[in-house]
Formats: sequence, C-alpha cells, structure tokens
Amino acid sequence: MTLKELERIRAKAQKELAVRGVEISPDSELKPPRPGEVRVVLRNCGQIDPERIEDYIAKDGYFALYKVLNMTPEQVIEEAKRSGLRGRGGAGFPPGQKWFFARQAVASRPAPADGTPPAYLICNGDEGDPGAFMDRAVLEGDPNSVLEGMAIAAYAMGATQGYIYVRAEYPVAVEHLQTAIPQARRLGLLGKNIFGKGFDFDVDIRIGAGAFVCGEETALIDSIEGRRGEPRPRPPFPAVSGLWGKPTSVNNVETLANIPQIFLNGADWFAGMGTEKSKGTKTFAIAGKVKNAGLIEVPMGITMREIIYDIGEGILNKKKFKAAQTGGPLGGCLPAKYLDTPIDFESLAAAGSLMGSGGLIVLDENDCMVDVARFFMDFTQDESCGKCPPCCLGTKRLLEILTRMTQAEGTAEDLQTIEYLTENISTTSLCALGQGSVNPVVTTMRHFRDEYESHVYKKFCPSGVCKGMFHYEILADVCNGCGVCRKKCPDKVIKGDKKVVHEIDLPNCIVCGDCYKACKFDAIAIRPGPTPKSRLPERR
Amino acid sequence: MTNSIEDLAKAKAFLIIGSNTTEQHPIIGAGVKRAVRRGAKLIVADPRRIELARMSSLHLMQRPGSDIALLNGLCHVIIREGLYDKAFVADRTEGFEEMKAVVDKYTPAYVAEITGIPAEDIQAAARCYATSKPAAILYSMGITQHACGHATVMAIANLAMLCGNLGVEGGGVNPLRGQNNVQGACDMGGLPDVFPGYQKVADPILRAKMETAWGTPLSDKPGLTVVEMMNAAHTGKLKAMYIMGENPLVTDPDLNHVEEALKRLDFLVIQDIFFTETAALADVILPAAAFAEKDGTFSNTERRVQLVRKAVEPPGEAKPDWQIISAIAGRLAGDKGSWEYDSSAAIMAEAAAITPQYAGISHKRLENGGIQWPCPSADHPGTKILHLGKFSRGLGKFMAVESIPPAELPDAEYPLTLTTGRRLQHYHSGSMTHRVAGLNTLLPEERMEIHPADAEPLGLADGDMALIASRRGQVTARVQRTDRIKPGVVFMTFHFPETAVNLLTIAMLDPVAKIPEYKATAVRVTRVRS
Amino acid sequence: MTTLTINGKTIEAPGGTILEVSQANGIRIPTLCNHPALAPKGACRLCLVEVKGSRVLQPACTFPISEGMEVQTESPKVRAARKFVLELLLSDHPKDCMTCEMCGNCELQDLIYEYGVKETPFVGDHHEYPLDDRDPFILRDMEKCIHCRRCIRACDEIQAVNAITMINRGFRSKVATSFDTRLQDSNCVFCGQCISVCPTGALTEKDSHGQGRVWQTTKVTTTCPYCGVGCNFDLNIRDGKVVKVTSNWNNPVNKGALCVKGRFGWQFLHSPDRLTIPLMKSSLWKEHKGTEGAPSRYEGFVEADWETALDAVAKGLLTAKSEDGPDAVGILASAKCTNEENYLIQKLARREIGTNNIDHCARL
Ligand SMILES: Cc1cc2nc3c(=O)[nH]c(=O)nc-3n(C[C@H](O)[C@H](O)[C@H](O)COP(=O)(O)O)c2cc1C
Ligand code: SF4
Ligand code: SF4
Ligand code: SF4
Ligand code: FES
Repeated sequence: MTLKELERIRAKAQKELAVRGVEISPDSELKPPRPGEVRVVLRNCGQIDPERIEDYIAKDGYFALYKVLNMTPEQVIEEAKRSGLRGRGGAGFPPGQKWFFARQAVASRPAPADGTPPAYLICNGDEGDPGAFMDRAVLEGDPNSVLEGMAIAAYAMGATQGYIYVRAEYPVAVEHLQTAIPQARRLGLLGKNIFGKGFDFDVDIRIGAGAFVCGEETALIDSIEGRRGEPRPRPPFPAVSGLWGKPTSVNNVETLANIPQIFLNGADWFAGMGTEKSKGTKTFAIAGKVKNAGLIEVPMGITMREIIYDIGEGILNKKKFKAAQTGGPLGGCLPAKYLDTPIDFESLAAAGSLMGSGGLIVLDENDCMVDVARFFMDFTQDESCGKCPPCCLGTKRLLEILTRMTQAEGTAEDLQTIEYLTENISTTSLCALGQGSVNPVVTTMRHFRDEYESHVYKKFCPSGVCKGMFHYEILADVCNGCGVCRKKCPDKVIKGDKKVVHEIDLPNCIVCGDCYKACKFDAIAIRPGPTPKSRLPERR
Repeated sequence: MTNSIEDLAKAKAFLIIGSNTTEQHPIIGAGVKRAVRRGAKLIVADPRRIELARMSSLHLMQRPGSDIALLNGLCHVIIREGLYDKAFVADRTEGFEEMKAVVDKYTPAYVAEITGIPAEDIQAAARCYATSKPAAILYSMGITQHACGHATVMAIANLAMLCGNLGVEGGGVNPLRGQNNVQGACDMGGLPDVFPGYQKVADPILRAKMETAWGTPLSDKPGLTVVEMMNAAHTGKLKAMYIMGENPLVTDPDLNHVEEALKRLDFLVIQDIFFTETAALADVILPAAAFAEKDGTFSNTERRVQLVRKAVEPPGEAKPDWQIISAIAGRLAGDKGSWEYDSSAAIMAEAAAITPQYAGISHKRLENGGIQWPCPSADHPGTKILHLGKFSRGLGKFMAVESIPPAELPDAEYPLTLTTGRRLQHYHSGSMTHRVAGLNTLLPEERMEIHPADAEPLGLADGDMALIASRRGQVTARVQRTDRIKPGVVFMTFHFPETAVNLLTIAMLDPVAKIPEYKATAVRVTRVRS
Repeated sequence: MTTLTINGKTIEAPGGTILEVSQANGIRIPTLCNHPALAPKGACRLCLVEVKGSRVLQPACTFPISEGMEVQTESPKVRAARKFVLELLLSDHPKDCMTCEMCGNCELQDLIYEYGVKETPFVGDHHEYPLDDRDPFILRDMEKCIHCRRCIRACDEIQAVNAITMINRGFRSKVATSFDTRLQDSNCVFCGQCISVCPTGALTEKDSHGQGRVWQTTKVTTTCPYCGVGCNFDLNIRDGKVVKVTSNWNNPVNKGALCVKGRFGWQFLHSPDRLTIPLMKSSLWKEHKGTEGAPSRYEGFVEADWETALDAVAKGLLTAKSEDGPDAVGILASAKCTNEENYLIQKLARREIGTNNIDHCARL
C-alpha cells in the first residue's frame, strides 16, 4: 500500500458512498446525534458500512496511520501525550504514557531470539459493565477505527502483535472484526512492512467468556494466556511484564478509536475539547428513569444536568431526580447537589464516584438507595474472582448486611460493620474490582444515610421498594375517586365508589405497587410499616 | 547420568528415548515438563504415546528394537547437513570417520523402512536436536533392555558427541536408573566382572590391590550374571544361591525356566522383607530390615550418594541386611571378629578406601546433603557433570554400530510384539506397593494395552480378558484398547505376580551388558471366554 | 544496591521483593498464600505493608523494592488490615481446631493466634461442603480452604499437571478439578504436592488422620526406597511407627516434590506380612536340630532362631563350595539395599566364597 493507492481508494469510495448512502438500521441503539453531542469516536457509526474497509477509507481512514509511520515512535508518543487523551476503560491513565513505559521496557531487554514478538498491544473490548455498550457500538459500527488506533499504538510502543479481546456476548462485533481484519491485511494495512515503512503489525481476536473481572487488564492477560482470568498484583505493570512476560499495553476500545482522529486533526484540536485535565469527548450510556435513554457522545466538562435534562430530556413520569449512578458497578451514586458539577475524571472521583467506562443510570424518588447498593454488591460479589479475601469474603459480608437491611433485619451494629468493611476492603483488596466494589455503598451511605437509618431504625423503606418495609395509603385530601387504582388492584382490595375517596383494605393488601404506579394524581403515599401480607415469609 | 537432575532445567531441547519418564522417574518427568513449558523443545521416541509425547514437538513411534537405526539416522542427517559441532568433534573425539562411514547408509528413507517413522520426522528431529544447544538425551530401560542394548547406548553416545552435548550444562547422556540403588549396587561391585569402583577383576594390578586390602587371594575369573546363574543352576553347575532383596521369580525373564533352575539348586537362601514368590523355594529365609529401619546410603541416578536413616525399629527379630551379611560372612571365614562392623558408617569408610570414586565420601560428610561421585578426596565437592573439558579416557571415541533386529521377530504364529515396562503407581514385583491400599485402589490390576486395530480382529473389547502367549509361556490379563500404542505392539508391566509377564519374555541377552530383552517378545493374543 | 528503609531502619539490598528483603534482614512479615517453592501470587493480603506514597496497602510478597522506598511492616494501619483479613477468613472457617488434622501445624491458626482474633465481627453464610474422601491418599475438606491457591500453583508450577483449578467465581469459587470430580477422574497423579503446600487442614494425608499431631511426631530425613531419582523426604514417626511422609524442601534432587509412591507408599513398612523371624524348611530344621520345630504361617517352613538359621546358611554355602568349587555358589546383591550392604555382600562372595558370581537385577 502506498499513499497514492490509499488516496485513489478514498476518492473512489467517497463517490460510491455518496451514491449508495448508509442507513442506520431502525433497531440500532445508536440514534442520530442529538443537540449537544459531539461525535469523535462515534463519528462513523451509522455513517459507513462497517464491513467495507473502503467506506472507512472514504472517511480518511488509515491516513493517520500513514502519517504516524512517517514520524518517529517518540514523536507519536509525544503527540499522544500532548493531546491530553486519557484511557477510557476506567482508570483514566494517559495512553501515551503507557506506550512510553512499554517502549522503555522493550528497549531494556534483548530482542527475543525465538521469533516471538518483542511486545504486545491488547485492545480491551470486554465491556463488562452491565448497561454499557459504547465499545460494542464502536466495534460493530466502525471496527477499522479501532484497528487503525491499534496499529498506531503498536508502532509507538514497539509491538508487532495485537489482540482484540471481545466478549462472547458481542457476536456482531466479532463478526465485523472478522471481516475487517482480513480486509486490512489484504490491503497491506496490517501485516508485514505496512506502507513500506518496515513496520510489522498483525491483530488476532480473542473471545472472552463474559466475566466482568476479565476486563481488568491483568486478568485479561491471564485469560488470553489461556488461564482463568484473575487479576495479578502490580508491579510488575503490564507495560513491563504483561502477556507471556513481554511488555504489553492494554488500551480500551474507545481510547483506541480516538487515536486516528487525534493524528488526523492534531493534538491541539483534541486538547481544545474538554476540561483542563480531561480532554476530548466521552461516550455515555444513559439509562434508568430518563426520558431519552441511549448512547451519547459529549465533550468532557459537560454537566450532569445538561446530560440528563437537555440531552436526556428529563426524568420519566415527572418524578423527582434522586441520584445518578456513574461508572458502573464500581462507581458511585451522586445526589442532586452534583447536577451542575462538570463531568471529568477529577470531579467524579472527588465526589466519590468514577468515570468508569461511562455508564450513567438515573435514579428517581422511587429508587431505594440501600437496595441500589445491594443490587451492585450482588453483581460485584458474583463477579469477584475469589482470589483475595477482602473482596471475595468482604463483599459477601457486605451483601449479607445490605440484604438484611432491605429485609427489615438491619441493626445499628450493621451500620458500623458496613463502615468497617468498606474502609478496609478498599485498602486491602488486590485489584480495582475489590477496591471499587464498595463505592456504591460508600456513596449511598454518604449522601443518603437517612435512608439507611430509616431502614435500620424504623424498618421503613421511604422509597417504597423493600418488601415488607412500607405500605400504601390513599390520601383522602388528594384522591378524587377516579377508580383507576381500584381497577388495577390484582387482589381487589381497594374499595370506594366513583368520585368518592378510595381506601385500601390494608390487612389484605400485598403491597404490589400497581395502584401506586397507576395513580395519576399522586394520591397514594408510602407509609412506614408492613401489611400482614407483605411481610416476607422467611429470609430470602 | 553424565549430568545432574537440576541441570535438566537448562536444556534447550530433550531427546527422550525409551523412557516413560513421567511414570518411571516422576520427579525428573515433571522437571522435563516444566522445561518444555518454558520453551524447551522435546522429541520423544517411543512406541507408546506416553504422557510426554503429548507435549512433544515431535513424537517418533519407532518399532521396538529399531532404536539403533533411528539414532544412526539422526547422525546421518546431522552429518549430511553439516549441523554437527565441528570444533568438538575435532578437539575432543576420535573415530569420527569410521562412524560416518557406518551411518552413511542410514538415510532417512532407509531408517523409515526399519523404524516405521516417516522420513520427514527423522530429518526434523535431527535438525531440532542439532540446532538447540544444549540438548539432553534421556533414556532408560527402553534402550537397555534389548539384546542390542549395549550397542544402542553407543549409538546414543555418538549422537551426543557429534553435537558437542557432552560435558556441558543442560546436555549430556542421561540414563535413568530404574531402582533406588541400582547405581550404588553397581558402584559397590555388585557385578560379576568388577570390584567396587568398576575395577576389573581380571586386571592383575587392581586385583592385587584388593587382595592386599582384603588379605586374601581373589578369583580372576569374571563371574556369572543373573540370567547366566539361572542357566547354570538349570544345568546343575550352580549348586547354592544366596539372594538378598530380589525376587527373580517375578522379575527375571522366562519364569518357567527360572523356577525350574531355582528348584534344582541344592541350597537357596533368601533374605528379604516379605515372603516373596522366590522365598517359597528357599531353604532358609532371613528377615531383613526395610529402608526406614536401618542406616546406610543410596546412590541415585545422578551419582549422588545420600544417607538413608534409621527411623523405626525393624519388626520382630528382623535385622538390617548388613548385620546379617556380616554374621554369615564371619561364619564362612571361621572368624566372626574379622567381620564385625559397629555401624554402617564404618562399612562405608572401608568401601571408600578402596573405591576411587567414593574416596572422599563418608557418612559424616553426607549429613549435610548428598555428594555426587566422583569425589576423590575428603575436601572434593563432588562432580555435577561428567566429562567437563575432557573425557575420562582422554578423547571421546565414536563407536560405529549397526542396527540389530530383536532376537525374536513377530511371525505368523506370534504376530505381535510385546514390550514391557512400568507404571507410576506400582514398583517392580509389587511386594512393597501391593501392600499400600491406596495404590491398589489407583491401579488394581494389570491391563494389557493394545491398539484397537489389533484388538478388533481378535474380537477384544475394553475390559475383556485375553490370553497372551509366547514361545515360553502364557498369562491372562485384562485388555485396555488404546491408540496410545503403536499397532502391532502390546504393552504390559511386570508389577503383578498374578499376571507374571515374565513367563513370556525371552532370556536373550545383550552380548556385552548381559541385559535381557524385555522390550521385544513375539506374542499371540487371544480372547478368553468367560 | 538499593537503599530503602523498613520500619525506619535503613537497609541495603541488591533487589527483590519487600518480603525477601525483610526476611533477609530478620523482619518477619506474616504470609499465607506465599510459599518458598512457588511464585508469589499476592492473593491472601496477609503480607500487606505500608509503602509511603501508595494509596492502598501493598503486598510485600510481590512488591519489588526501589530506591528510597519507605516501608512500614508493623504500623497500626497494617496490623489492623491484617486483622481484618483474618476476621474475614475466620468468618468462613470451621472452628473445629480440636479435631483438625493440622492443628498446631496450620498457618491460619498461627496467625489467628498471633493477631488475637478471638471473635469475628461478621456473621453470615459459610461454605458447606461434604468431606471429600472418595479418593485414596488425599482427603479434601474444602470448608477449611482459604483460597490461597498454593495447591493449584503447586500442581501447575511444580508438577505441571494442572489437575486442580478454581471453579466458579465470588463466594462460590472453589478449588476443584475442572468438573468438580474425584481426583481419580482427573489427570491427577496423586503426587500430593498440593497437600505439601496447603497451609490449612483443607488438604491432608488421608492415611495419617488421627495418627499424631505435629508435636507428637519426630521427623527423620531419609532417601526414597523406590525409583532411581533418589528423592529425600521426612518420615514422621510416632511411637516407633511411621505415620506420614512429609516434604523435605532443602534437598537438591527433588526440592520437596515427591511422587505417589514416595509420599504415600510407606504403609508396607508396617504390613502384617513382614518377615519377623528367620524361617527354615521343615526338613532342613530337622536335619540340623532333630526336632520338628515350631510351625510358621508358611507351609513347609518352621520358625528358627538366628543362630541356627545363620549356621545353616553358612553350612549350606560351604558345602556347595567344598563339593563343587567356589563357582558353584551364586550370590545376588540388591538394588534395593544400601551401598554398604552391597559392598559387604560382594566382599562376602569374593573373599569368603572366592567367586565372582555376584550380580543383581541392575538390568531390570
Ligand atoms: C473489574 C474491572 C473491569 C474492567 N473492565 C474493563 C472493560 O470492560 N473494558 C476496559 O476497557 N477496561 C476495563 N477495565 C480497566 C482495565 O483494567 C484497564 O485499565 C483498561 O483496559 C486500560 O485501557 P485504557 O487505558 O484505554 O482505559 C476494568 C477494570 C476493572 C478493575
Ligand atoms: S479484588 Fe476481587 S476481583 Fe480483585 S483480585 Fe481480589 S478477589 Fe479478585
Ligand atoms: S496430587 Fe499432585 S497432581 Fe493431584 S492435584 Fe495434587 S498436586 Fe495436582
Ligand atoms: S486447598 Fe489449601 S492450598 Fe489449596 S487453596 Fe485451599 S487452603 Fe490453599
Ligand atoms: S503472602 Fe503476600 S499476599 Fe499472600
């Protein structure tokens, strides 16, 4: 491949693309950009046919690689650092720095005599956060941008072999990569002596079995090596001793998809977006009680309010915003006072949460924060690799306490034990999963301690979620006797004539919540104390 | 072994021939596996797909008894392609041209014909061994227990010398000795032709030295080997035998012959820890102490002399063998005092004084860990690697050898080749391991391995009983069909006296080493109807 | 040389982990998942120390030292963290030390004792697994497992067999064969390396249960009676009987590793079938003593005293020698006997009989 050829392909493909056009399929989770969005990573998604490398080239694909191969690796690293790009996989570590360390490690060892690669580049496409799907969108919609990013990264750090680790639950992503890789090889954009510059690089796909912890980079390396994925202590960092003991850089899909854009448009262009320490854009998967959920890409520094109320069009059913859970299972819940904080790595961390991979779940007044904490703890406990006791046993004990609390069995001592556990788990666990596992608990305890105390001392779940810890009451001064609740009640225990205030036959109410959801006039309130039929029979 | 067990970790390649290492020498086998996992290359030459074959880069399934052809073929390819260590051959060896002349006809195609191994594999193996340095050769009874065993050992030495793999860390020619103290029993002169330290009985100077040490004239005539003794007993030349800690009625070849021979003796003494099959024929049985009940030393396969310590008392009136031998010898000498030793250490002191390799070894020194002989003086640290810098005889001599077919080839009447060996869970005639309940659980009975292609026409299903007959005897054993084994070959162990495989084997001896051909016997297999 | 301070003390070391450097300088750091024969894993979090500048506590067993590093191995924070980990471990551990095979020999028990963890603040589920006694030699009590993975690593790093692994995740994770089968149904070779490294009573020698506590037994290092590798091990003795074989980690030949025969094949020593008294053919006894003799359990043999038996042996050998010459006598030495014994018997053959008819089954 030469620059001339690439330009010829581009010209031809641009014409073709203009004629043919590409339609976003109606079942795609990715909608066209909404006002306020800036698409860098997602720019080609839906705009090109991901199974035609020519389409990608039409969008200037692989021109960044050509440019990079005319620079020295050191210049590439410098440019990446200057852009201010930080890893999008969660930790926010600058990729340029990672490549620099890896490059140093490669230089410090003798070249392998047995023909094995001197170093590896791994693209982390494990995306295990429940509800996150931005990496999938990129891999499915624009696989070549990731491949190009990988080639650039590999050149910078000195790797000749790359792996894309994709979870088995993403068959379309795998399929599109399986198409893209041979196409790139055929055009000489992967393989030996790329652009005649003496740079060799090839990519293979590795399928993950879908364990959340396998997204952790050292566990991922174990998994590629064919072992059960379990995080390793660092140091040694993968950049020094990673896959098969060789210097290795693990970079996230979104991180890598940014790379070609940075080299096409320049580091300054990229650094022009975002805040002081967090540059560029970030994708978020907004979910929960928000009207317009879905995948978005916005500049760093945007506020939560802008995301939820402008792009997300506000809370469903005119309910009150309670909190936003960001960063996935290891992230935290931020209350309304953070709505106007600009979103970047630093401010989220300062608030006790995480950028994570970009999950954002909106919670409203009917979400119980103790139960939310319990939900995430359940997930994390299940996904703990089981290697270190603080995480494996600590999260189990936390989960047990939270479960007890949501079953009206919490004690004052439990509140103390939670604090004892969370403090110690976060400082003694081996990897970020264990260390971060406590974040949902810590942030909810910090911002919603009253809910915990209500659960413990009053055995009352004020959000009306925890079974057996509340009942409903029809407010006589609000009820206009419309009768909707009566019709909805599955057990027919609501009495009342039309236009007359209704009443629940409490001893027979199972507290299913159908009436509460149905009432258009907010005439049904949540009150402490269980009904006989809502009490839990036994421990769950 | 020319090298040390620890040393194997440094090998870049292994050629393992005639050794099911992970079962026979499990600790060495695990060491090989670790080295291979770290990237060392592994070539396995064995008619069975043994455990190591599964992780090998090349598995050569030779016909039993065709090892010389294979080894010569490897030398042929290495010489033809100029891959040999020219400096080593020039500086440290002699006889290269003669050897070259002999291996000249062992082209891959010719060797493929004899061994049944594809010619490409022979070439690949040769290149692999020659280009990975250092490379260690490991072999065991699969090589030695053939009528041509001694010649095969020569062929192995040729290969190692050719590639300069002797006297280097991680290389060497490494015979793995079967029993815990075969090495020591040989070192101490438990052989018919040598005094302790391999000093020839026929050598007048050495004999004179021993005569002075022992204060008596000694016979200059090399004696009989085990199998020769059995033959002599059979013909009535040998009248009395004193057997210590052996069970020839299970372990020796051609058992019917052995039984008859032992019965013909006028007098038989057995000294053992159990009432063995052989003991039943004895006139006197002397109860001996087991390893944990006495002090002494064992020498392992890497020539390391190590202490055996007394931990418990022998049962009943049983006594350590050394005390029993002293008591008998004292009576024979008519002077009990001349055979009194106050400890096993005192015996070692006497032995070390006349055994050059052990001269610097004493129990006291061994307290701090074993020592590898040669250890010529009390301040010598022992020798990890033999032939460093120089061979004991000066220049290493290539000994050209020709392929010799097994004594008994399969024919129409006995169409299969039986090869015998060992398994992990049991040991030898089983007198020890059959008395460990858990080992019997793990491996309760003998199973004859046979390839499905051979089993099918015989109507043999897995678990069937089969009658295995040779020209000398027959046994029945349960059948295990497996493609681990080469078609045309069946495999059994000698661990189960009730399935005494040595009823079948042939007492055909290697002309030099006098080792019987356990590894190739022509047999016929038939199904037993239940 | 790297200079660092540990607990305020300036130390120079050529390199290594904090644990190695501490140990070399007489500073003890508790460990559980670490074992000298295995690569460090950093799993158990008992060896956590404070490294200045690090947000979280760091495992000494994997953390390499570096220039100017400041380490605290016994600060209140560190001790509290270790205690926390122990409390967690204890919350999922049976408290039946009284009957546990490893009592007094258990690394967990030692640490619980050292850190005075009388009670655990955590109440909750604990694992309930039936005692797995379906295999010979190896008893698996997975309720006692602390998930240190030493067994798995031994099976991988030392034995290169990988019969056992971690299955499941989170609280349900468990050391087992891939499909949670009996060891016999896996590729396990029953080397017992896993037992030798297990710090608790989770993996123990089945045949040794109830036979003696560590302080009731004495250890005698010796050489294995089976194959030619010549492994060393420790015989564990109680009341004059061998009750167990344990690894001897210092020996250069096997470095603690053993095979199934070496580790578990000692029972024959105390078999009721052992020969305990000299035996003579009934007719021979009669010839010598003129009486019938005391019958033995073996048909055709009577029990003899040593004097008579030895005299009979001497006479039998001398008769053959005098009647047919020294070469009418054949003697077999033994590859299972000691060097000293082999030396003596060949000397007997050569010096007292005058024959070189001496051999042994070297070739078998
Ligand atoms: C439990 C856990 C799960 C993780 N999952 C992912 C993941 O699915 N995708 C990802 O890119 N990074 C994941 N990470 C972060 C990686 O360890 C690593 O930091 C990241 O792949 C580095 O890429 P980046 O520098 O481009 O962000 C996870 C980390 C932890 C602790
Ligand atoms: S923190 Fe959890 S996931 Fe991480 S190593 Fe420990 S047990 Fe495994
Ligand atoms: S006995 Fe040996 S092979 Fe079996 S599980 Fe334990 S270490 Fe692995
Ligand atoms: S069985 Fe023993 S060695 Fe294995 S993980 Fe459990 S406690 Fe550790
Ligand atoms: S000993 Fe260091 S973490 Fe277990």
